[in-house]
Amino acid sequence: MTTASPVLPVRSAEPSALAEISQETLALTRRLFVQLRRRPSTLIAGVLQPLIWLVLFGALFAKAPEGLLPGGGSYGRFLGAGVIVFTAFSGALNAGLPVMFDREFGFLNRLLVAPLRSRSSIVLASVLYITVLSLVQSIAIIGTAALLGYGWPGLAGLGLVLLTLLLLVFAVTALSLGLAFALPGHIELIAVIFVANLPLLFASTALAPLSFMPAWLGWLAALNPLTFAIEPIRAAYGGQLSLSTIVLEAPYGQLSIANCLTVLVLLALGLFLVIRPQLDRKLS
Amino acid sequence: MVEQAHSGASPLPGSEALIQLRDLHRSYGRGDRAVRALDGLDLTVPSGCLYGLLGPNGAGKTTALRILCTLLAPDRGTVQVAGIDALAEPRAVRRLLGYVAQEVAIDKILTGRELLQLQGDLYHLDRSKRERRIAELEELLGMGDWIDRRCGSYSGGMRRRLDLASGLLHSPRLLVLDEPTVGLDIESRSVIWQVLRQLCSSGTTVLLSSHYLEEVDALADRLAIIDAGKVIAEGSPATLKQALGGDRVTLRVREFSDAAEAARVQTLLQACQGVRQVVVNQAQGFSLNLVVDDQNVVERLRRQLAEAELPVFALAQSRPSLDDVYLQATGRTLMDAELAVAGSRDPKAERKQNMR
Ligand SMILES: Nc1ncnc2c1ncn2[C@@H]1O[C@H](COP(=O)(O)OP(=O)(O)O)[C@@H](O)[C@H]1O
Ligand SMILES: [Mg+2]
Repeated sequence: MTTASPVLPVRSAEPSALAEISQETLALTRRLFVQLRRRPSTLIAGVLQPLIWLVLFGALFAKAPEGLLPGGGSYGRFLGAGVIVFTAFSGALNAGLPVMFDREFGFLNRLLVAPLRSRSSIVLASVLYITVLSLVQSIAIIGTAALLGYGWPGLAGLGLVLLTLLLLVFAVTALSLGLAFALPGHIELIAVIFVANLPLLFASTALAPLSFMPAWLGWLAALNPLTFAIEPIRAAYGGQLSLSTIVLEAPYGQLSIANCLTVLVLLALGLFLVIRPQLDRKLS
Repeated sequence: MVEQAHSGASPLPGSEALIQLRDLHRSYGRGDRAVRALDGLDLTVPSGCLYGLLGPNGAGKTTALRILCTLLAPDRGTVQVAGIDALAEPRAVRRLLGYVAQEVAIDKILTGRELLQLQGDLYHLDRSKRERRIAELEELLGMGDWIDRRCGSYSGGMRRRLDLASGLLHSPRLLVLDEPTVGLDIESRSVIWQVLRQLCSSGTTVLLSSHYLEEVDALADRLAIIDAGKVIAEGSPATLKQALGGDRVTLRVREFSDAAEAARVQTLLQACQGVRQVVVNQAQGFSLNLVVDDQNVVERLRRQLAEAELPVFALAQSRPSLDDVYLQATGRTLMDAELAVAGSRDPKAERKQNMR
C-alpha cells in the first residue's frame, strides 16, 4: 500500500447552526437593549416601584413589636425578600410586551421573512433580555435594601437569591411570552399583567407570614409560585443556606429550600412545554 | 453602482424561470364570509428581468407576494423559486430573496443604520460584508444625511428607501417589492425607479406589484395583469398593447356636449372607414372614445366632422395603453375597479388577521 492520501478538510455547506443562532439571537437581544437605553422609563419604574414599597411598607410597620414575625427581626427585614421577588416577578411579567408590539406592528413579519436558522431565536432573545433586566433590577433593590439596613445575605446567600430569582424569572417569562402570542393585542396583555400583579403579591408570603392569614388565604399563599421564591430568599437573608432547611409550614406539609427550588424548576419547564405548541404555530 | 454579488447558486441563464407559481388558491376567513383572494393564479417570472404585477386594489397582489416570500401558506398550489419548493424548504427560499412589504414595519427607536445591522445579522452576514453593504446602499439610495437618525423621524420616502436597502442588504438574487412607490414624493420615487433599473441590468430579478399602470409601463420588461385572483394577461407591455391593435382616439366636439349630440356623432363616425368602435363616455362630459386602425383615420375624421359642420373642441390620438388591455379583458377600466373597492376594505381588520 502506498501512503494514505491526506484527508482534505471538508467545508460544510452550511455554517454551524450554533454560530448562526447566536448571531441572530444576539442581534435581536441587542435591539431590545437599545430600545431600553433610549426608553429607560420601564427600567426606572421597575426599580422605583419596589423601592417605594420597601420604604413605605417598612415605615408602615416600623413600630410593630419585635418578635411578632417568625424568626424575629424587623418588618423591614421580613419585607425585603418579598420586594426583591416582586421586582423580578413584575419585570418578567412584561417580557411579552415587546413581542406583542412586534406582532401588532408587523415587525415580526420582517423577522419571519429572514432566513433565521431557528425561529426560537426570537423567543430566546426575549428570555435573555428580560433575565438580565430583572436581575439588574433585583440587584439594585438588594443593594438599596442593604443600605436601608434591611440586611444583606452574604455572598453565598446572594448566590442562592439569584438562583431562585432566575428560576422564577424563567417561569414567568414563559408565561408572559405565551400570553403575548395567545392574546389578540397589547391592551389585553397589559390588562392581564395589571390584574395578575397585585393579587399574586398579596396572596403570597411577601407582606405577611402564613401564620397571619386565614386558612383559605394560607392555602392560596402556600400554592403561589411567588411564595416558593420568597421563602428560600428569606432563609438566605437569615443565613440559612442548607438546602434541607425547612422554610415553610404549609397547610399540606413542610417545605424545604430544595422543595421550593424543585417546584420552581418544574414550573419553568412545564410552562415552556405548555407554550411551545403556541409559539411553534405562530412562528411557523 | 449597484454591485450584486449574488448569494446562492450560480446565476441561471437569462431565459430560465426563476419563479413559478402554479394554481395558487387562497381565501381569507371562513364560511360565507370568506374572501377569495387568489383563485388559481399562475405566474412564471424569468430570471434577470424586471417583472410587473399590475392589478387594481384587491386583485390579490399582496397575497401572492406574501405566499412567494413564505409569509403565508396557500390553500392550494405550488411555489418554486430557482427550482426550490418554497413550501418544503422555506429557509432556502428566504435566503434567495429580499422582500419590501407594502406596509413598512420599522422600529422607530432604532436608527436606520442599526436596523440594517440587525437585518445583516438575521441574514448571517459577517461584520465586514455587512458594513461594506451598508456603505454601498447608503450611497446608492442617498441615505447619508439621515441613516444615523432614528427611524421614527423619517418621512415616507426615507422609510421606503431604508426598506429597499434592507431588502437588498444580503444581495439577493430576487427582489420582491409590493407597491414600492405608493404615496411617495417624486424624488424618492425616481430614486427607487432608477435603483430598480440598475439592479435589473446587473442581473437581479425584480418582481414588483403596482396598481399604477404608468409605473409598470415605464419599468417592467414583462408584466402580468391580475384581476380577482387570476392572471388575465401576460407579456411585455409592447406586445400586450400591440395585441390589442389600433390607436385610441378621444374626441370632444364641444367642451360640454349632450347625449343627443353625442349619439348623433357616434352614428356618423361609426360609418367612417377605419373606425372600429365608438363609445360614448358619459362620465367625461359625453366625449367619444374611438378605436381606429391607423394614423390616416384621424384626418378622415376631421374631414367628416367638417362636412357635417360639427366643431372640434379636442381630438387626441394615442397608442393603446395597459389600461386598454385591462379594459379589454375585464370590461372596466383600472380606475373603475379601484373605485369599486374603495372604502370596502378594512385595513385594520386585515392587519389583525395578518398578525401571527
Ligand atoms: N388579512 C386579510 N383578511 C381578510 N381579507 C383580506 C386580507 N388580506 C386581503 N384580503 C382580501 O383579499 C383580497 C386580495 O387582497 P390583496 O392580496 O391585499 O390584494 P392587493 O394587494 O392586490 O390589493 C381583497 O379582497 C382583500 O380585501
Ligand atoms: Mg396590496
